[in-house]
Amino acid sequence: MKYENYIKLEFPSNSCNEAMARSAAGVFAAQMDPTMEELGDIKTAVSEAVTNCIVHAYPDCIGKILMRCRILEGNKLEIVIRDWGKGIEDIEQARAPLFSTGSQERSGMGFTIMESFMDKMTIRSRPGEGTTVVLSRTLPRRGRSR
Amino acid sequence: MELKTECSSGYLFIRMKGELDHHAAKMTLQGIESAIDRFLPRHCALEMSGLSFMDSSGIAVILRAKRRVGTGGGDLILLDPSPQVWRVLTASGVDRLVPVKIREGRIAK
Ligand SMILES: Nc1ncnc2c1ncn2[C@@H]1O[C@H](COP(=O)(O)OP(=O)(O)OP(=O)(O)O)[C@@H](O)[C@H]1O
Ligand SMILES: [Mg+2]
Repeated sequence: MKYENYIKLEFPSNSCNEAMARSAAGVFAAQMDPTMEELGDIKTAVSEAVTNCIVHAYPDCIGKILMRCRILEGNKLEIVIRDWGKGIEDIEQARAPLFSTGSQERSGMGFTIMESFMDKMTIRSRPGEGTTVVLSRTLPRRGRSR
Repeated sequence: MELKTECSSGYLFIRMKGELDHHAAKMTLQGIESAIDRFLPRHCALEMSGLSFMDSSGIAVILRAKRRVGTGGGDLILLDPSPQVWRVLTASGVDRLVPVKIREGRIAK
């Protein structure tokens, strides 16, 4: 697929990297001239996906997380967040609002928020091998010359 | 996350400043719970205008704060969320579980 620009970021699953990852995605997306609301949506979705890697994929170890952001044809932002952790048994069930395997510190709303803040969310996962979440959102071109 | 508490006219105000994600959630909840336990308020308000970011980790914090105030017979409201926080509150349906108030002249949705 033709792309206009991309970044790839690899980092360990320390919780201090949640803010780093969403800020990096926000800085990358800024070149697409988003509104404040679009930028907030993108950062929130990234924060959810990265937190899931930290909390669920690697519950009792530090593992590797990869984030790739690309601008595709038609001003479409695509963000891939991947881990090599625990994986998800039943993806349909995991996507359902309020479903959570976590403690009472979780509300089971992460995937619901990602889905409603982005145009599209796809999840690929295999137990024991890891999870890949792909988020995409097309932003209107606001006629800024680049 | 920085928390400041203030009691006035029967309300315990807890002013939140910073970003509330999973990284900050534990400390934030501890701070809120200890304020609630200390003042046992009839009414408690989480003042959110200084909260520049919140994700689903914040939802759990809000719902646990509501329960904590409730055990002492009090109630919880959310005050002046920023547009980003407001979007998370509505997308998750928390705005239907905890009243949200945006005061005149404060950041509108
Ligand atoms: N990267 C991942 N690796 C393994 N399991 C995951 C991953 N992401 C999500 N899950 C599973 O999917 C469930 C639902 O995720 P979701 O983000 O919607 O809710 P949550 O993380 O449990 O709660 P919240 O996001 O509201 O804090 C999780 O409880 C977990 O079981
Ligand atoms: Mg989650």
